[in-house]
Amino acid sequence: MRIIVERVTKTFHDRGGRDVVALGQVDFAVQPQEFVALLGPSGCGKSTLLNIIAGLLPASAGRVYFEGEPRPGRAPVTATVFQEFALFPWRTVRANVELGLEELGLPSPERSERTRRYLDMTGLAGFESRYPHQLSGGMRQRVGIARALAVEPAVLLLDEPFSALDAQTRTLMMDELLGIWERTRQTILYVTHNIQEAVFMADRVIVLSRRPGEVLDVVPIKLSRPRREGQQGDPVFVQTADRIWGLIKSQAQAALLDHDGGREGEG
Amino acid sequence: MAVERVVVADRTAFLRRPDHRVVRALALLGLVLLWELVTRTGWVSPLFLPSPSGVLAEGLDMARSGQLLVHLLKSLQRLAWGFGVGALAGVGVGVAVGFFAMAEAVVQPIIAATFPIPKIALLPLLILWLGIGEASKVAVVALGVFFPMAINTYAGVRQADPLLIRAAVSFGAGRWSVIRKVVVPSALPMVFAGLKLGAGTALLLLVAAEQIAADAGIGFLILQSGNLMETTQLMVGIVVLSLLGVASYWALGALERVVIRWRHT
Repeated sequence: MRIIVERVTKTFHDRGGRDVVALGQVDFAVQPQEFVALLGPSGCGKSTLLNIIAGLLPASAGRVYFEGEPRPGRAPVTATVFQEFALFPWRTVRANVELGLEELGLPSPERSERTRRYLDMTGLAGFESRYPHQLSGGMRQRVGIARALAVEPAVLLLDEPFSALDAQTRTLMMDELLGIWERTRQTILYVTHNIQEAVFMADRVIVLSRRPGEVLDVVPIKLSRPRREGQQGDPVFVQTADRIWGLIKSQAQAALLDHDGGREGEG
Repeated sequence: MAVERVVVADRTAFLRRPDHRVVRALALLGLVLLWELVTRTGWVSPLFLPSPSGVLAEGLDMARSGQLLVHLLKSLQRLAWGFGVGALAGVGVGVAVGFFAMAEAVVQPIIAATFPIPKIALLPLLILWLGIGEASKVAVVALGVFFPMAINTYAGVRQADPLLIRAAVSFGAGRWSVIRKVVVPSALPMVFAGLKLGAGTALLLLVAAEQIAADAGIGFLILQSGNLMETTQLMVGIVVLSLLGVASYWALGALERVVIRWRHT
C-alpha cells in the first residue's frame, strides 16, 4: 500500500507548559513495495513521525492515510519493529511472535503454522522456547522482526531497529532484512540516524531537519538491487552518502549544542 | 637507579560478603541449646520458660490426642478464606485502580482514608454486623490482606512498561487484551510481594481475633493456656504459629517461582 503523509505537525507541551514544536509541517508519500528511509539528526522527531504513522501518537494537525487495493482477510495495515525490541519478557519467542496473530483472531493451527514459517525465515528455528532475556540483542530483534512480519502487514514500520546492536551484528541484520524484503516486497518505512544504513538499504532517503522536523530533501539511491556489502565502496554510494552528510552536518552540529539535542523528541 | 615495583592487590576484599553457611545453621541451633541449658539448670522456672525438649514432647502429645489438630484446622480454615477473599479482591481493585483513571479517582481517596485504620479495631463492628461466628473473623483477616494487596497491585500496574503497552496496541490489542497480556503479567512480581506481606498481616489478625472472640484456634489455645498457667502448651501454640509463618512464606516463594517462570529460567 501507499503511505501518504499530509501536512502533519506535532507540538508537545513541556513540563513548564510551553509548546515545543517537534514536527514542523511534513508531507511525503511512500509508494507500494518501496523501501524508504527516514533520516535525521537526534531529536528531529523522526520517531515521533513514525509513531504518528503507526497510530500510536496523535498528530497535532494534518493526516496520514494508506491507499491501495482492498486487502483480503484481516491483515492489518501496519506493523512496527521497535528500537528497544519491546518483547514481552513473560512470553517465549514463539508466544511473542504469536501475539499479533492472537489479536487478529486467527485459529490456533493457523497461528502455529504461520509462527513457524516466520521463525524459520528470521533464523529463529530452535529458539522457540527461549525467553527474551536468554537471547542476544541481535536474536531479540529477529523476534521483533518475525513478530511484525507474521501479521503480514501492508506496510512495515521500523524505528531504528538496529541502533541498539553492536556494529557487526548490525551489518549482518541489515543484510538479513534486505534478503527478507527481496522476498516479501512489503512497503517499508525505516527510521534511522545512520547515513550508511539508509543509503545501503533504501530506494529513497527522506532527510529531515533538526527540530522542528521538516523535510530537507528526498534523495533517490541509484544503486542496483539486490544490494551487496561490496557496494559500500561504489562511487555512487560514497557520493550519495556525502551529499546527505552535506545536508545534515550543520543540522547535527546545531542539534549537538541544543541542551536536549542528544535525545529523541518523544515528549 | 632504584626500581619501585607496585604489586596490585584486590582492594575490594573487605566488600565481599561470604555465605557463612555453617554460622547460619549454628545460630538457630545455638539459641535452642542455650534455652535448654538455662531451663535444665533451673536458673529459670519452667512455669515462666519451659524447656525446648518439654515443648516438643508436649507438642507431640497434643498432636497425638488430636487437640492440636482441632485448633490448627480451625485456624487454617479461617486463614484460607480470609486470605483468599482479601487477595482476590485486592488484586481486582488494584488492577482496576491502576488501569482506569475513573476507578483511580473514585477509589484512591477512599483507600487513603481507610488504610491507616488498624484492622483489629474493626472487629467489634464486624461482630456486630456479621455475628460472633466465623464470618467476622474471616472478614477481619480479609480486610488485613486486602489493603497491602490492592496497594501493591496498583503500584505494579503503574510500573508496567509503557513501551510494552504500546507494542501490544500496535499489534491490535484492545483494552482487555492489554490488561490480560501486559498489565497483569507486569504486576505479578509486585502481587507476590503483596501476598508475602499479606500473609504476615493475616496471621497477626487471625491470632488477635481468636484471642478476642473464639472457642477454638491457635490464638484461643495460646490465650487459654496462659490463663491456666499451662506455659508449655502456650509455647506449643507459639511454635506452631512460627512454623505456619515460615511455611506460608516458603509456599508463596515456591508458587512465585512457578508463576513467574520467565524470571527464573
